[in-house]
Amino acid sequence: MATATASGPVRDTGIGALLRHRAVAKLLLLALAAAVLVPIVSAKWASGAWPHALTVDLTEPLGRTSDWIIDNRDSHPLFTYFFGHVSNAIVLSVRGVYLVLLAAGWAGVTVAAGLIAWRVAGVRLAVTASAAFAACGLLGMWVPTMQTLALMVVAVLASIVIGALLGLAGGLNDRVFRILRPVLDTMQVLPAYAYLLPFALIFGMGVPAAVIATVVYAAPPMARLTALGLRGADGGVLEAVTSLGATGRQRLFSARLPLAAKQLLLGVNQTIMMALSMAVIASVIGAGGLGDRVYQALSTVDVGQALAGGIPIVLLAVVLDRVTAAAGEKAGAHGQDTSALRGWRGWSVAAAVTVAAALAARFADRLEWPTDWVVNIAPSVNTAKEWMVDHLYTGVPVVGGTADWASHFTTWVLNPVRDGLQGLPWWAALLIVAALAWLIGTWQTALTAVAAMAAIGVFGVWDKSLDTLAQVLAGVAVTLVLGFAIGIAAARSTRFERLLRPVLDVFQTLPQFVYLIPVVALFGIGRAPAVAAAVVYALPAVVRITTQGLREVDAAAMESSRSLGATSWQLLRKVQLPLARPALLLALNQGVVLVLAVVVIGGLVGGGALGYDVVFGIAQGDLATGLVAGVAIVCLGLMLDRVTQPTERRVKKGA
Amino acid sequence: MRTRTRVMSAVTAGGALLALSGCGAADMTKQASPYANAEGAKTVTLSVQSWVGAQADVAVAEYLLKNELGYRVDKVQIDEVPAWDALSQGRVDAILEDWGHPEQEQRYVKDKKTIVRGGDVGVTGHIGWYVPTYFAKKHPDVTDWKNLNKYADQFKTSESGSKGQLMDGSPSYVTNDKALVKNLGLDYEVVFAGSEAAQITQIEQFAKQKKPFLTYWYKPQWLFEKVPMTEVKLPAYKEGCDADPAKIKCAYPHTPLQKYFNADFAKKGGEAAEFLKNFRWSEEDQNEVSLMIADKKMSPDAAAKSWIKKNESTWRAWLPE
Repeated sequence: MATATASGPVRDTGIGALLRHRAVAKLLLLALAAAVLVPIVSAKWASGAWPHALTVDLTEPLGRTSDWIIDNRDSHPLFTYFFGHVSNAIVLSVRGVYLVLLAAGWAGVTVAAGLIAWRVAGVRLAVTASAAFAACGLLGMWVPTMQTLALMVVAVLASIVIGALLGLAGGLNDRVFRILRPVLDTMQVLPAYAYLLPFALIFGMGVPAAVIATVVYAAPPMARLTALGLRGADGGVLEAVTSLGATGRQRLFSARLPLAAKQLLLGVNQTIMMALSMAVIASVIGAGGLGDRVYQALSTVDVGQALAGGIPIVLLAVVLDRVTAAAGEKAGAHGQDTSALRGWRGWSVAAAVTVAAALAARFADRLEWPTDWVVNIAPSVNTAKEWMVDHLYTGVPVVGGTADWASHFTTWVLNPVRDGLQGLPWWAALLIVAALAWLIGTWQTALTAVAAMAAIGVFGVWDKSLDTLAQVLAGVAVTLVLGFAIGIAAARSTRFERLLRPVLDVFQTLPQFVYLIPVVALFGIGRAPAVAAAVVYALPAVVRITTQGLREVDAAAMESSRSLGATSWQLLRKVQLPLARPALLLALNQGVVLVLAVVVIGGLVGGGALGYDVVFGIAQGDLATGLVAGVAIVCLGLMLDRVTQPTERRVKKGA
Repeated sequence: MRTRTRVMSAVTAGGALLALSGCGAADMTKQASPYANAEGAKTVTLSVQSWVGAQADVAVAEYLLKNELGYRVDKVQIDEVPAWDALSQGRVDAILEDWGHPEQEQRYVKDKKTIVRGGDVGVTGHIGWYVPTYFAKKHPDVTDWKNLNKYADQFKTSESGSKGQLMDGSPSYVTNDKALVKNLGLDYEVVFAGSEAAQITQIEQFAKQKKPFLTYWYKPQWLFEKVPMTEVKLPAYKEGCDADPAKIKCAYPHTPLQKYFNADFAKKGGEAAEFLKNFRWSEEDQNEVSLMIADKKMSPDAAAKSWIKKNESTWRAWLPE
């Protein structure tokens, strides 16, 4: 067995010491299990491919389910009395918010955004917020921005309410927490694209399906952070409150919730960011708004227009992120506000000014964004893109063109990795997964990882999943090399980090659809551009975590090594990197999860495999193909997460 | 006590939800987009398909509906099959260009009667395999499928490995290419671009480099004006030769493209429905508008306007009396 030789560095020789070493013991145990099971398995199914006898074909039942839903959607009580009402309520709420936004007009909304930011986070953010909304208008995207905003308001509120309720249950009850936690942990690693299809089938194309898919994606962080916040409350304070004779409810509202305020606001922040990242993806099932503009621009290969739709999303994300983060910091700090406009007075001033602005615009008959204030950025962006592609595509001296890189990358990296993975006997693949997951985690995580991997085989998409896995591995490798390099540079130079920050912000929130076209123009179609798009998306998170991890390395350790005369290179290699190991592992885990999320979207640029099947499922309304591929991606995500996740969980997911 | 308050609040919440959406059964099929009719105008919702020809249809129809008939037009971009579903639910009122979906037609038009046919668009669609004309001129025999294997080497890419690459496009398009390659014994690998945008970008990139390529493509399509392509002749299409998708060995048919309307809209849609029924134009007209949108990057609205200025006699005939 190959696994037995990989025993790693062991200082102490001798069998006893070997066995005492935990990693080795785990591996030996696995090798033993393999020695027993593998001969049986290979005697039964000689070939290395996933045995046909162990697959379940879901095409037939899933096809029937989908037919049943379509045939009964307008008559069955489940739909008319339950889903129908849910759907109506969503449409009514989104419409309500949308009408309010339209009634306020661009002046009202822009002023209101500024004032809210001012009350919550101060003058600087107020200017940013107003400027961001004005920019949406300038780009000629006012109406789509309002549509997206209306959808987001409803989806975010629903996510917060649902998430907070779940979190409350988990925070107050240990058993609920134990059940909830693995579910929420899992939800955070699921690529959103994979589970759009069932919602579209039940609710039909349109806003209700989009809102519900968004809520499912965005509610988990709220629930997680609420539960963690409540559980983390200071025991002493609770004790004191109880001894004062407070009832359960008083204790909750007067002590536990206020103590958890910072976590709750972090949850709100995370929820908003996740919801916004769904804005474009959900347009595939009819969300409308900005996402739809980006999606339509994609079909005419118009990068400029796609960017015009994507920038408002980035701006909304940045503003909402900063404002909620500032609110979180405020909740953490205990400074007294002494200005004349504190509390309700400030808010009433804000409300009055907003109404005045909205009315002024109405009487000036300027309710809609004036068309002559629109700047069309599309032509210049497209010219820039053409220039870039013409000069980088091929024949660049010394380094070669991007097209050559892509083809070398496919031939020399992607193909061998894919063929290697697919050539691996299936039981060997399972054993490797088990070994990796067990070494880094516990036997439970190993079991989950193996079960997830086996499920892929059972659903009959083993080969395709390994193709996708090969793309993910290649993408992660590139991301880590680039991410660590940039992260180290940023940790060493504050000026570089400051320059980098807005770039990272943009790439983290820019909808992936926007850069799919330039990526194809540079790298052709196929798996290489899919990997490239994934790297672009995952890089910011990896860079951030690396930089932060290196920065947080104990200053005393650094100082003492420096005084011993270590050069800065030695310092990095011998002190900083080893001490920042947990952060680097976290970066790896994040990289894997984020790369997987985009490799799916890579199906749109020729990535093939599971991503293509999901896209195919949505495009053809084919539940059997789409859902199985979606589930396989989820299983891959689960497996990869468990294999790269050191025992304790991280706090949050990327964006 | 506590459980009772909890039950009470649950009941109240449920009641509020019901009250909000009107009591009793809620029919999702009678539900419009929340953004529709926002300014009190009559609204028509059109499905925009992802290809530019369909966008040209919608752009012209939208312009006339807005400026001649006073409607507000909402556009939703959905893939072809889900668009049928949305049409049957009334989420969209009309599909202006359909390339033939017999299964959906059976289900929604014949069985459920929620969709009605809206007549020809006036354009005939044809799917086929194409090579760039600059390559076909140098190697005239490539246009017969029997010689394709001879050229497989030249069509190789890193993605297709040792075989030639046959590029397919969006997963929503009708394609038999995998079966064709197998049944005709061709030494090719079908590579799916995954979206039309990716496919067009790749074709343009190849054309810039004057590289040979073989692609699934369709007519009418504006890209032919920019990258001239020649069709490769496959075994001729005969009625019924595509009945069994696994054994298919013949070319794609010529399909007169169709309009489809939501049944309610067709009955109660007033002037808009009548106008859309009359809407019918030629391939040249459609291409002219498509090219303005896709190649000159004009907004669909501006492209429609420029066509409408020049072709008054054509569109006057579509307007209801």
